Amino acid sequence: MKKIITRLVVALGLFGAAGGALAAGAAVPIEHWPAERGRSFGALQNGARLFANYCMGCHSANLVRWNRLEQIGLDEKQIKEFLIFGNQKVGDTMRIAMTPADAKVWFGKAPPDLSVITRARTSFDFAGTDYIYTLLRGYYRDSSAPTGWNNIAFPGIGMPHIFWDRQGPREATLVQTHRHADPKTGHASFVQTTTVFDVNGNATKTETELKGPATEGLSYTFRPLDPQQARQFDSDAADLVAFLAFITDPSQTARKRIGVWVLVFLAFFSVIAWRLNSVYWKNIK
Amino acid sequence: MAEYKTPYAGIAGWFDQRMPTVMAEYRKHLSEYYAPKNFNIWYIFGGLAITVLAIQIITGIFLVMNYKPDANLAFASVEYIMRDVPGGWFIRYMHSTGASFFFIVVYLHMFRGLMYGSYRAPRELVWIFGCLIFLCLMGEAFFGYLLPWGQMSYWGAQVIVNLFGAIPLIGPDLAVFIRGDYVIGDATLNRFFAFHVIAIPLVLIGLVVAHILALHDVGSNNPDGIEIKKNLDANGKPLDGIPFHPYYTVHDIFWLTIFLMVFFFVVFFAPEMGGYFLEWNNFIPADSLTTPSHIAPVWYFTPFYSILRATTEQFMVVLAIGTIALSALILLTVRSPIVRGAIAVGTLVLLLGYFTLDAKFWGVVLMGASVMIFIALPWLDHSPAKSMRYRPTWHFWLLITWVVAFVVLGYFGTQPPSAAGQYISMIGTVIYFGFFALMPWWSRMGTFKPVPDRVTFHPH
Repeated sequence: MKKIITRLVVALGLFGAAGGALAAGAAVPIEHWPAERGRSFGALQNGARLFANYCMGCHSANLVRWNRLEQIGLDEKQIKEFLIFGNQKVGDTMRIAMTPADAKVWFGKAPPDLSVITRARTSFDFAGTDYIYTLLRGYYRDSSAPTGWNNIAFPGIGMPHIFWDRQGPREATLVQTHRHADPKTGHASFVQTTTVFDVNGNATKTETELKGPATEGLSYTFRPLDPQQARQFDSDAADLVAFLAFITDPSQTARKRIGVWVLVFLAFFSVIAWRLNSVYWKNIK
Repeated sequence: MAEYKTPYAGIAGWFDQRMPTVMAEYRKHLSEYYAPKNFNIWYIFGGLAITVLAIQIITGIFLVMNYKPDANLAFASVEYIMRDVPGGWFIRYMHSTGASFFFIVVYLHMFRGLMYGSYRAPRELVWIFGCLIFLCLMGEAFFGYLLPWGQMSYWGAQVIVNLFGAIPLIGPDLAVFIRGDYVIGDATLNRFFAFHVIAIPLVLIGLVVAHILALHDVGSNNPDGIEIKKNLDANGKPLDGIPFHPYYTVHDIFWLTIFLMVFFFVVFFAPEMGGYFLEWNNFIPADSLTTPSHIAPVWYFTPFYSILRATTEQFMVVLAIGTIALSALILLTVRSPIVRGAIAVGTLVLLLGYFTLDAKFWGVVLMGASVMIFIALPWLDHSPAKSMRYRPTWHFWLLITWVVAFVVLGYFGTQPPSAAGQYISMIGTVIYFGFFALMPWWSRMGTFKPVPDRVTFHPH
């Protein structure tokens, strides 16, 4: 019996190693969202405030009721006074006034509902929370884009940088490394294109040929004019992602709390079942 | 006829006097059903499958109370269940996790059958009912997966229903008939809902009853592959058998608690199971205008999906060579002129078909065959010993190779198409079918160990 299991484990292990070697990485480095924000009421409430003040201009959360926010330590009065701008009731869902039809005309594509967005943006490569955290902090001025804004995690994004005043001006440096094969000689080399976008979005491009092989891909750095303000915005973005993660799966905290007790009970019960089984099987020779 | 006098006292007696069937069935299937005493851990999965079936039915009833089978409301109603129905998230996660665990348990249950020859005579009907249960389960999972009305629900159903469109002549009309529309729509959702909540479950429960009744008529197999009915005591009871109740009920209760620990760990701590049990894309509402860049079925379908994807124009050559080789083998080893003639004609027809009909059609045929081929197993296996314990060791390794091929096919079915994945899936498909197609020959080969008269059992 044990032999069979060991054999299976070995076989599966070999296969897993082969599969892992074939998996490819993401195109843009995705940064890690500080997950501890999801466990702090202060962070979640700040996220709720930012969401109601900034995001809900265009994005709804149609599957979430306002009074669900009582779960993050707000009471009905606070929700009504500080978060609901229209005449909605606390039992209503977080709707917006803009209709999808209008939104489509204005933006080309209706801004998605954000009720389950951190789950919807998760993939085998990265977590949705990390992606949105990178996206929110990945804006840079690009005078060639229709809105004047571009994004490192979502090139050609339709959404402008709504938090620009909170983040402050930044200079962006994008470094793209790619393989370049000379069409005549067939000689391949790696070329690094460095594009610097100044605070007004004007790009300066420089190309350098690298000596020796390199890895293809994109890397980026931002240089904020006011680093302290930019750091404060990083913190706000983390809080906002915490809120989005909360509304995506509001049962999460309750689920994990109850789960521990269920497993404790089952562990206890399995000991009883094991002893009961032994008592019966004692007689079987 | 003499009046029946119950031997039972109390409430059991009261019932038995009025309805002797109950106690008679209790004796037949539980207290006096003699099961071999040498069952190992592989024998827990049948009972676990019944448990998961019960979980699915009970949670399903509660889900239906709040679910709206309407293309405009379905997605939101599932999230409503998860958010606003008290305990709704628990019910929904149990149901979605249960779907995956049903397949895990059934695959392990089937592997047990393959390992110990549980499909061999006299248990062919038990095995066939089991295969039909597996088919129903796949149907049930497929219909149920459309109901949350997310992007994967929608496009997964679109891809699978379109497969029927590959059937020559009637295909396109058949696909429209199945959908009830030219695209997956409200009509499709409603009929899939009907199939998922009533039609398939009814058949499924009927088949489960047939599976168990057939099993209890012939008796259970065991890891040694020995018929315990051959060694009876003075009372006609099998010497190596013990009553199912209480011995195997207490035994199964213990393993059930272990199983539930794993099950509820997933339900409470990882209900998406890294995107394998609940696919991430399915949290985006169905949109008929946006095709996801990568459409993959849920993990339990992916081995079969890989076989479908592996069948390209290129693979038809491999398939043709395989068919010719197999028919040559049959022509060389079978004497009957009728069989030889039928094989020769059949091969020619197939070869003609391979290169006239679309490869996609043959992909659908192979995918169907990969599921149905299990039914033929009792007649493919000619090994003198039922259990792998007494068969040549390389038989076991052949089985493991097949299992690895199945798992590898499954892995590449979850991944976006790639050149490497394509070739590996082709190799996997060859191994998958080769294992079964050549079984009548390889299963007789090698040195078999002597099968003992009595089961091997070590007291606890």
